[in-house]
Amino acid sequence: MTIPDSTRAKPTWRSILVWTAVAIAGATAWGMIALVRGEEISAFWLVVAALGSYAIGYRFYARFIATKVLRVDDTRATPAERLEDGVDFQPTDRRVLLGHHFAAIAGAGPLVGPVLAAQMGYLPGTMWIIIGVIFAGAVQDMVVLFISMRRNGRSLGQLARDEIGPIGGVAALVGVFSIMIIILAVLALVVVNALAESPWGTFSIAMTIPIALLMGFYLRTLRPGRVIETSLIGVALLLLAIVAGGWVQASSWADAFTLSPQTLVFCLVIYGFVAAVLPVWMLLAPRDYLSTFMKIGTIGLLAVGVLIVAPTLQAEAVTDFASSGAGPVFSGTLFPFVFITIACGALSGFHALIASGTTPKMIQKESQVRLIGYGAMLMESFVAVMALIAACILDPGLYYAMNAPAGVLGTTVESASTAVANLGFTISPQDLQAAADAVGEESLVARTGGAPTLAVGMSEILSSVFGGDSLKAFWYHFAIMFEALFILTTVDAGTRVGRFMLQDTLGNVWKPLGRVGWKPGIWATSAVVVCAWGYFLYAGVNDPLGGINQLFPLFGIANQLLAAIALTVATVVLVKSGRLKWAWVTAAPLAWVAVVTLTASWHKVFSSDPRIGFFAQRERYADALDQGEVLAPAKDLDQMRTVVTNSTVDGVLAAFFALLVVVIILNAAVICWRAARSAEPLPTTEAPYVESKLLVPAGRVAAAEDPEDDRP
Amino acid sequence: MTPRRLYGLVRWYLRELTGESAYDRYLDRHRLAHPGAPPLPRRDFERRRTDRGDENPGARCC
Repeated sequence: MTIPDSTRAKPTWRSILVWTAVAIAGATAWGMIALVRGEEISAFWLVVAALGSYAIGYRFYARFIATKVLRVDDTRATPAERLEDGVDFQPTDRRVLLGHHFAAIAGAGPLVGPVLAAQMGYLPGTMWIIIGVIFAGAVQDMVVLFISMRRNGRSLGQLARDEIGPIGGVAALVGVFSIMIIILAVLALVVVNALAESPWGTFSIAMTIPIALLMGFYLRTLRPGRVIETSLIGVALLLLAIVAGGWVQASSWADAFTLSPQTLVFCLVIYGFVAAVLPVWMLLAPRDYLSTFMKIGTIGLLAVGVLIVAPTLQAEAVTDFASSGAGPVFSGTLFPFVFITIACGALSGFHALIASGTTPKMIQKESQVRLIGYGAMLMESFVAVMALIAACILDPGLYYAMNAPAGVLGTTVESASTAVANLGFTISPQDLQAAADAVGEESLVARTGGAPTLAVGMSEILSSVFGGDSLKAFWYHFAIMFEALFILTTVDAGTRVGRFMLQDTLGNVWKPLGRVGWKPGIWATSAVVVCAWGYFLYAGVNDPLGGINQLFPLFGIANQLLAAIALTVATVVLVKSGRLKWAWVTAAPLAWVAVVTLTASWHKVFSSDPRIGFFAQRERYADALDQGEVLAPAKDLDQMRTVVTNSTVDGVLAAFFALLVVVIILNAAVICWRAARSAEPLPTTEAPYVESKLLVPAGRVAAAEDPEDDRP
Repeated sequence: MTPRRLYGLVRWYLRELTGESAYDRYLDRHRLAHPGAPPLPRRDFERRRTDRGDENPGARCC
């Protein structure tokens, strides 16, 4: 795939013409988005700008990194070839591995963040998603994948310990665990907000449990290994469950499935615990198949919808909230908060865990890190662009009526309409009710968390291609199902991964806990993990200031902190292997993400504005509490106490995350300084060179030698 | 590309992606490594394959 420099052919006229055309198309689209004002912009331009930029980034920048910086070498055997055991290490066709890797990295993150960031307008989000992925996110994924591959697929924690030292290693481990907890809580909160008081959604999602169990038993006993057949049955049942949700809502069962957010929290926590201790074949494995099918299918469907409908963007390019920082969805100004609100899609530290997990053990040839690491991240970025489009085609009045916290909006369409007017937008109570009726929901007021907003946007797009207005309610619940399914899979898998990390760590202190087969150990550690995220979930649901408003920034900071750890490891490896000249490739995004994360943490910890700083918020409410006053949006003294507790915990966490980043970066700087001063390169941790004997077959299709086409 | 070829391609991709083809690959490997010895029946092979997930869960991203 990659041609070494010396033998690189001169570019042909055809290739020059094609790439000039791509560049012009992309530049024109950027011009339309960024400069044309006063007219309505079609979402089509966003898609062209994204695809044009991705193509150029993939063709030129990713290739430059592969050949010059990483110096990929296809004569060198990959761990998949050297250590092939048919289990973990297995050379896998690059297109298949791209599918695996994409399914593992893409989840609800790129769908939620852009929807929330739409409060700043469509322009900042679009720019960060596209520029961020090309220069930071995809670079991180590709470089970490390469580094891990050269070291037999070591994990990020091990890499940090080997390359930076024990302090960096411990910090990375603690970072990964706490991030996991916050991510699980925030994602579960998104599900709770999407399902609360919605019998249709709750019924459909509840049905996924028996469907998964059925699939599990079918695969285990009746038709072992027939995954496609089982998945097709599962998807058919899933669609039936979505339709049946509508019948349930209209029937006398509706009350049984109308759950309050608090009840849903208990359901989710119990579900998370049970799913983490059951054997994977029963629930997790079949659910994973279902969610992979739904993921790829729905994203494809949405891409087709956006291209056919080419909807017009209703949101402004840049809203006033970008500079005032007074936005209702999340507080704070454009910098740094857009850059932590949109994590997945532009730069996501979590991917470093996947890129140093199973994927590096399955690569056939070194040069394929470009397609799999960089390419899969471009696909995820495109998902984020589509989510942003789906949010920005909504009427801004409806967007704020759905996304401002309940404390601001009240509970009725009238109160919401007034509150939206106070924010400077308009939606009449009748229109708000009509929007809810169209998608078959009781109310859309304060349905925060991003999922319902995305679902309304998707139902707009999909119903104008398939089925018209009569299918709007179906598509809305289809979209909710699609997101909830992702998230529940992440919650299952995340709880399990957290449990293993905990068992692993505690096993050093008390041996039996480390044994993976010891049931009491499994139950105890699973319970600890579930309670940890359950605590934040419960706090988020009961927070009068709005759980998403409070917790989402922490989620973003945590995810970008992990990115900082991954990019630090990458930079240290480049410097240690004598590539100081090229270290900017990862050092520049590292500097950026460090500035963003630390500034955001600074604001969250030290800002004197109680809407932004957790401690300022704590002080304000604690002072009022001492006087026995109740401050809106809290309604009584209990809620006042809740605010004080939550803001203290959140503030301590924000400070803790920032401290972790500082420790790791300082430790890494010392190592880099030593490496740069040492006369010869420091000892390498790479596995030694072994010549590759593997001939990569052209595959079933004679694919073009260089798949420049990176559309999902 | 003929519809037949397209069907073959999609089928191949899905079988590879879902791991449905893992058993075929195992049979090939087994034949080379232990000629003459009977391979695991599919049921047992798939059980072991799935149960490995109990001890080694794949992380799923957000």
